[in-house]
Amino acid sequence: MGQYIGAAIKRLEDPALITGRAKYTDDLQLPNMAYAAILRSPYAHARIKRIDTSKAAAMEGVIAVFTGEDIAQSGVPGVVPVGWLLPDLKTPPHPLLARDKVRHVGDGVAVVVAEDRYTAYDALEAIEVEYEPLPAVVNPADAVKEGQPLVHEDAPNNIAFDWSIGDKEATDEAFAKASHVVSLDLVNNRLIPNAMEPRATLADYNPVTGELTLWMTSQNPHIHRLLMSLASLGLPEHKIRVIAPAVGGGFGSKIHHYPDEAITAWCAMQVGRPVKWQATRMETYLTDAHGRDHVTHAEMALDENGRILGLRVQTYANLGAYLSTFAPAVPTYLYGTLLSGEYDIPAIYCRVIGVFTHTTPVDAYRGAGRPEATFVVERLMDLAARKLGLDPTEIRRRNFVPPDKFPFQTQVALQYDSGNYEAALQKALEIIDYKNLRQEQERLRQEGRYIGIGFSTYIEACGLAPSAVVGSLGAQAGQWESALVRIHPTGKVTVYSGSSAHGQGHVTTFAQIVADKLGVSLEDIEIIQSDTDQVQYGWGTYGSRSAAVGGSALAVALDRIVEKGRKIAAHLLEAAEEDVVFEDGKYYVKGAPDQAKTLQEVALQAYLAHNLPKGLEPALEAVAFYDPPNFTFPFGTHVAVVEVIPETGEIKILRYVAVDDVGNVINPLIVDGQVHGGIAQGIGQALFESAVYDENGNLVTGSMLDYAVPKAHFLPSFEVDRTVTPCPHNPLGVKGAGETGSIASPAAIVNAIVDALAPFGVEHIDMPVTPEKIWRAIHGNGRS
Amino acid sequence: MGVPIRVEVNGRVYEHTVEPRLLLVHYLRDVLGLTGTKVGCDTSQCGACTVLMNGLAVKSCTVLAVQADGAQITTIEGLAKDGELHPLQQAFWENHGLQCGYCTPGMILAAYDLLQENPNPTEEEVRHGLEGNLCRCTGYHNIVKAVLDAAQRMREG
Repeated sequence: MGQYIGAAIKRLEDPALITGRAKYTDDLQLPNMAYAAILRSPYAHARIKRIDTSKAAAMEGVIAVFTGEDIAQSGVPGVVPVGWLLPDLKTPPHPLLARDKVRHVGDGVAVVVAEDRYTAYDALEAIEVEYEPLPAVVNPADAVKEGQPLVHEDAPNNIAFDWSIGDKEATDEAFAKASHVVSLDLVNNRLIPNAMEPRATLADYNPVTGELTLWMTSQNPHIHRLLMSLASLGLPEHKIRVIAPAVGGGFGSKIHHYPDEAITAWCAMQVGRPVKWQATRMETYLTDAHGRDHVTHAEMALDENGRILGLRVQTYANLGAYLSTFAPAVPTYLYGTLLSGEYDIPAIYCRVIGVFTHTTPVDAYRGAGRPEATFVVERLMDLAARKLGLDPTEIRRRNFVPPDKFPFQTQVALQYDSGNYEAALQKALEIIDYKNLRQEQERLRQEGRYIGIGFSTYIEACGLAPSAVVGSLGAQAGQWESALVRIHPTGKVTVYSGSSAHGQGHVTTFAQIVADKLGVSLEDIEIIQSDTDQVQYGWGTYGSRSAAVGGSALAVALDRIVEKGRKIAAHLLEAAEEDVVFEDGKYYVKGAPDQAKTLQEVALQAYLAHNLPKGLEPALEAVAFYDPPNFTFPFGTHVAVVEVIPETGEIKILRYVAVDDVGNVINPLIVDGQVHGGIAQGIGQALFESAVYDENGNLVTGSMLDYAVPKAHFLPSFEVDRTVTPCPHNPLGVKGAGETGSIASPAAIVNAIVDALAPFGVEHIDMPVTPEKIWRAIHGNGRS
Repeated sequence: MGVPIRVEVNGRVYEHTVEPRLLLVHYLRDVLGLTGTKVGCDTSQCGACTVLMNGLAVKSCTVLAVQADGAQITTIEGLAKDGELHPLQQAFWENHGLQCGYCTPGMILAAYDLLQENPNPTEEEVRHGLEGNLCRCTGYHNIVKAVLDAAQRMREG
């Protein structure tokens, strides 16, 4: 490796962002542009008896008003599909606008196109809708009971799927012979992603050429183009161009294909003008796919020495009113498969019941299934430690998969690629000075002060792969990635990547890979992503896949460039190809660096094609489509140290230490930043955030006033460090870095709080752990 | 019914007739085309729309354009002078104080106001001083670092 990979290069994308020059979707203006606004159901469940749009349509400045009926009559497919199929999955249709019934507050009912934003919203208020309200169901464990209101008539008991993984019989046997069993009932709280940029689309349709251009807030423009074409609009795929300009965060919420962007495009086709839609924040709360929302019963069986014998988990996963794009995968293949944690568990059985409710659809949100799994496992580990009288670090050590057992096959399908769990734990213990901290805890308890130390020794599986396996599990998408590298005649470099950054900094990290591999400077490299007309194909950025999959594709393409260049250089140097080395951007015959041909000289010759080796094609570019052989498996130890004030239930985070192992690191500045952000979202889940519905299906936490996105003073500074265990199966040795923080931190925080409250006999408190819940736990029966 | 207003934005004077209900943020973005100022919520919580009005930070989603009549406004586009980044911009860049960048213009201008009032804040004061601005990417860690770094740069002039 050269001077760039591993260096803390400040980001190349930042100058545009810090000066206000970067263009996000809502910053774009087209001539003759109109604005769309969508009328949304105020009821969680109701029959639509009548919609009268005439008053709205007659308003000055209103161009058109459409309903679901209009979309149906236009002859387009008009639905939003699900992109992951499980056996016997119920897939009720999800129309772009509701026609007969609305199924959650926020379900779209009509759309206005107007000359400006304000008029569009005025017109929404003039649309008359007569609803017949129907009873709603919001809790997934309740929704499966007999006699509950049905979200979809063809999904009895509101069950979308009943899925299991692992060996039930072996697990039951493990429990039968166990010396100890610990169990836990928990609710993993529903979260709202809250990317700072609300979703938006600008649609421009050319009726003459039949081409549709969509600028939109997307993490994966090619997936959006595919689903727009096949399921929503029926336009041929090659006539649709999806561009994601600057995108203001996603965290999963901009993976999914929603009705609203398709409605906007359909409107542009109807009115013959460019149409722009941007969600209000309250609309994002009602329509961005939410995350988590599990009701779980979990049990762990152990022998007398604290070795885990078995793990049994049953979860009701709330899917909301419709199946969002990848919703079926999140509580199954991204959850049940992670339940072995960092441990060698001989028997695991997990059953997940996916349930429709009259709530906003639930799908991948940062971590997606893996935080939920980690929370189950890491909470049980602490309960087991307490029951057996072991230190929480000791019980973990006794069950860690040891470094010499990799690759490690779990009982729930995954094969961990590499790991050294003890090393990460050890480093974290040194950073917090564990031994002294425990003594300090004891000393403070004598003074009536309660600090707690919470661990989360987590595993993550990211960079879903390989495509054939993921496909066999139900994915309607591939999981490879593409890169095209073009060396221009002047030696400058353009990379076209199928990854699609929305804040991660790929322009910088990918340029670092190029700079090292080709020996060119960062200024001479352009990274193009997020445009279906420029990039050949790509599956986008989610699931911490971009470095491991997109970066690997780039590395392979760069190697191909170097090899083609070597052929040309050998020809020019009149040497045998195998004698020519490439170093720091120069080709030369071994031992004769003075007679070098620079990459730039080679590139020029490649384009002039006046003197190329016989049979070699002109130009200098290479493409790679990289399909990884396996997931990557980052891991680490997070430690939270908190103080709880028993009188008020107040919680102070005294220290937060994260030791992550994400394999090789391309840019430590960026990796640390990813870890910080993930921790903040995980602490948000643990302490502050929760999407709350009332029994009628109203989202009580429907704005930023009511839903506690953490502010700066809610959080401490974080102490982050790492160990490095390279991924053995990709060319860069990198693992994913985007989700570790949100996966590890909820369990670390809750374990710390429960540890602080040990003298009060508190065993568990559900998230978000608020002062009120703490107070009740102390004054109640030990469980809140 | 339009109302005439005269507003100085980033040193340039604009005169327009606007609807009385037009928000300053939409005036800046949709009328003047200064799209560096962002809209992130509709309840005045997120601070993405923060600009300086007569030198003080305001949330431009909570100010009507007509209220800005006669005022001097600075948006993120006006912060760098003669091609030189403001120390806050420089510090955000060098400390990786931004990821997606959407909250950044508002965050920088809120920090500008904070450092005007308190040129030498503690970490705690920075965290509290930025309570009107939300960021979902950075966990604030590097934003706080950047503001402390900028404070030092500005004190050292």
